[in-house]
Amino acid sequence: MELLLQQVMAGLANGAIYACMALAVVMIYQAIDHLNFAQGEMAMFSTFIAWQLMAWGLPYWVAFMLAVVASFAAGVLIDRVLFRPVQKAPILSQVVAFIALFSILNSSAGQIWDYTVKSFPTPFGHKPMFGSTLIDTHEAAMIGVTLGMLALLYLFFRGTRLGLAMRAAAANPESARLVGIRVGWMTALGWGMAAAIGAVAGMLIAPIVFLEPNMMLGVLLYGFAGAVLGGLTSPAGAVAGGFAVGIIENLAGTFIPYVGRELKLTIALIVIVIVLMFRPTGMFGRRVVSRV
Amino acid sequence: MTSVRDEPVAVAAARPAAGTRWAPAMRHWVIAAAVAAALVLPLATSSFVTFQITEVIIYGLAILGLNLLTGFNGQFSLGHSAFYGIGAYTTAILMHNYDVAYYWTVPAAGGVCFVVGFLFGLPALRLQNLYLALATFALANAMPQILKFHALEGWTGGVQGLVVDQPDPPDFLSMLSGDQWLYYFTLAVALVLFAVAANLIRSRTGRAIMAIRDNPIAAAAMGINTSLYKTLTFGVSALFTGVAGALGALAVAFVAPDSFTIFLSISLLVGLVIGGVGSIPGCFIGGLFVLYVPNIANSVSTGLAGAIYGIILLLVIFVMPAGAAGFARLAAVRLGRLRRRDIA
Amino acid sequence: MNKLTRRSVLRTGAGFLAFAAPVLGARIARAKNYGPGVTDKEIKIGNTGPYSGPASGYSAVPKSHAAYFKMINDQGGINGRMVNCISYDDAYTPPKTVEMVRKLVEEDGVLLTSATLGTPCNSAIWHYMNQKKVPQIFVATGATKWDDPKGHPWTIGWQPNYQSEGRIYAAFILKEKPGGKIGVLYQNDDFGKDYLKGLKDGLGAKASMVIVEASYETTDPTVDSQVVDMKAKGADIFVNCGIPKFAAQAIRKAAEIGWKPLHVLSSIGNSVGATLKPAGLENAKDLVSDFYVKDATDPKWKDDAGFKTWTAFMDKYLPDADKTDAGNVAGSSLAAMTAQVLKQCGDDLTRDNVMKQVASLHQVSVPMLLPGITANTSPTDFAPLKQVQMAKFDGQRWELFGDLIKGEIG
Repeated sequence: MELLLQQVMAGLANGAIYACMALAVVMIYQAIDHLNFAQGEMAMFSTFIAWQLMAWGLPYWVAFMLAVVASFAAGVLIDRVLFRPVQKAPILSQVVAFIALFSILNSSAGQIWDYTVKSFPTPFGHKPMFGSTLIDTHEAAMIGVTLGMLALLYLFFRGTRLGLAMRAAAANPESARLVGIRVGWMTALGWGMAAAIGAVAGMLIAPIVFLEPNMMLGVLLYGFAGAVLGGLTSPAGAVAGGFAVGIIENLAGTFIPYVGRELKLTIALIVIVIVLMFRPTGMFGRRVVSRV
Repeated sequence: MTSVRDEPVAVAAARPAAGTRWAPAMRHWVIAAAVAAALVLPLATSSFVTFQITEVIIYGLAILGLNLLTGFNGQFSLGHSAFYGIGAYTTAILMHNYDVAYYWTVPAAGGVCFVVGFLFGLPALRLQNLYLALATFALANAMPQILKFHALEGWTGGVQGLVVDQPDPPDFLSMLSGDQWLYYFTLAVALVLFAVAANLIRSRTGRAIMAIRDNPIAAAAMGINTSLYKTLTFGVSALFTGVAGALGALAVAFVAPDSFTIFLSISLLVGLVIGGVGSIPGCFIGGLFVLYVPNIANSVSTGLAGAIYGIILLLVIFVMPAGAAGFARLAAVRLGRLRRRDIA
Repeated sequence: MNKLTRRSVLRTGAGFLAFAAPVLGARIARAKNYGPGVTDKEIKIGNTGPYSGPASGYSAVPKSHAAYFKMINDQGGINGRMVNCISYDDAYTPPKTVEMVRKLVEEDGVLLTSATLGTPCNSAIWHYMNQKKVPQIFVATGATKWDDPKGHPWTIGWQPNYQSEGRIYAAFILKEKPGGKIGVLYQNDDFGKDYLKGLKDGLGAKASMVIVEASYETTDPTVDSQVVDMKAKGADIFVNCGIPKFAAQAIRKAAEIGWKPLHVLSSIGNSVGATLKPAGLENAKDLVSDFYVKDATDPKWKDDAGFKTWTAFMDKYLPDADKTDAGNVAGSSLAAMTAQVLKQCGDDLTRDNVMKQVASLHQVSVPMLLPGITANTSPTDFAPLKQVQMAKFDGQRWELFGDLIKGEIG
């Protein structure tokens, strides 16, 4: 029982990492209607920028804010410079452009900052939470920040004109254009927000997994899984999906005898695919009705 | 159709064959010239270049498999590295553990992959677009783990992989080197499979497969059994890629879990898009890209090889958003207009 | 040649005499005998490494390897010849390794390959190199199979192999805590499984001491779950065979949950700078590990002559590189070994003679090897480094203890 509780908590802590990433994944999905394979590398690069700023002597929160702002700007720039030209191209060509971006960011980060792991500070510390060893303060704070971002996004999309305009632009660009929404800028804004959320995610994840150019490879994999499991149309679903993936994976690894640890990734993925077969648009996703 | 050579001129000449309104006679001449060039190639180049072109053909074949599924049937897959790996391991296990002759292992690999692909196609029926992408992504990520799994180590060799003997030419062709023989063997298999693919696409079945891509609901309304065709396409697609994997195992003479990661799937996807989604000759352009562009990036800067590769990829997408085949089609149309103007 | 010797190759007194003999012999012979890639002015060698892709973290090995030869060339080359080291990216994928190595051998015409990286990548070219009779020397991997002079006389490893290290940990554990319960953390690939096998073989009849075998994938974000599992199951010995990132996570997690086992850290993750600092030095106190090269980030070496040579090299030829990256020590050491072999070859630079010299290393040392540890080979022994020394971390630096030990494998 003790072990079960511990593994669930460790799963929640890992799940917070995935949830954070899944939120960024869903954000960009809302803006441009497909997944961004370079999302993880963008977050990694943002985190390195924050790390560099701190290495130059800036205090944590200044570096944090600057990195978020810079990431937002970079997100807008990527949309304008890289994805504008291929906007009319087939979807698969756009996916390949994401792959190119992935490759460029990963390789440049390695060249600039090297591949050794770097510790990334956290303002929350790594102390046991409430005197228990189940979860530490940083992990608890991370869950809190993820839920906080989720609430803010909810308010933004439901309660502001801009949020509504963004949703309209993503859901139906033609109609949105007719009612006077500048669809191009809404997409760019979506990119910026996704990049900024990714930056926050990266800076929350780095203190746990350590900062290095390949730190996001696995996280992105699970983040995608979480987002898809929860439903790509639902930020709350994505966060729930992220936590679910973290817990499933840990429990499979610990409690399934013989195959568990070695095949835990495989088992987690099978569970997700099975869930998707019964809920083809994710646990909280909307069903899309198509017209002939 | 098999427009695979390293001379850029010949490649350029073969491109317009991609579904343009050229006279059929012209088309046949282009194909014949391409095959002839492919036949003499190993006699004119070093054994290393022969080996590289063998790999290009193999990647082209793997991309063709992906193209059948994605390009013609509209089902997105990031899992083809797994089928490629299963094909490669089928060959390696049969040769290494059961002493089966290499030429029997190729159809065996195709058969195994067809079954696996068909079975995977069943649950995939319920998933669409990104959800299917995730399921196939999961398959690609799970594959190396399964290959390493300790209970299968007796078969797969676990993390250490399996060594495969490179096939020797048959006695009556003993003047050929191992590399040349493998090239001709690969070329023969590829030609057969390309003919099969081209005929499949032009057949009734092919039209059904494409109708499902273009509008699944309308296709179903017309009486096409969409489930059957979708799963069958999955199986056939896996078969093609699996055969490519088997040939790849023979060419490289070694298989290991690290050869069949998600990055192979991504390479195949890149090759598909660069060559042209839905174009059969484009697959070989994709194969050329998959093999040569990383080498070019490497020669520009070893340390930044990944970044250079990404930049090249972006530039290609900017210039040819619909891949080489799309570009060729556009060029042919423009050229045709110019010519008509000249005549007028 | 003397200049190079003085600057870059340190040896023990006994080693000098013994190793000078073949060099003198080659000098007397004087006959110029060249294999592929060799002229009066140049020796062409090559390798492949993961400059891109998910294993790019190891790219410091080929980078520092190439930089080391740049230094040798600036110092006048080897016996008057410049070394042209061609290095290609294989992205850690075996098919690409085969392609690039064939390019090196068939198109570029190299004399040998040195420090090709990765067990799967080297396995893929293993047969090819032996069929073609091209020296595949000092591969950058610690698999056991490279020590096979009969079956694969053209391939040789360098570092103490992972299995023998596993046996050394077993011997240490049996001495320190024979009644303990062991939890092992290992990477689910060739080197992780080799460590585990060595450990269990070494424990022999007491292999049941291992109660948790926890593997991780490099795609796992953390190994927290594995560490928690070990503590919960009552393990009181922790054999931590993670690469620096995961080793550091495990050290930190163990401290966080208040688990204080006898903690044995494998040499793959024992760098102070790359593992223990990120994990927190206070969390790493009393860790035990084994060494065969000097830790570039351990302050105890700051006055050591070999260490100074290495630092001078790094400062001049790789000024932007991260000295905490153990790949820089490995790559430059492999290059120094290769240079040593080429020097021993004198003017008889054929592939046959390269292997002959490789098989007759006698107490050769390079700057970053631990004091007393030397490379030794014979025609029947293709495992150049066999010795390691145990060390305990005192919170600031590693304190070596005990004798140099050998981990023979059966």
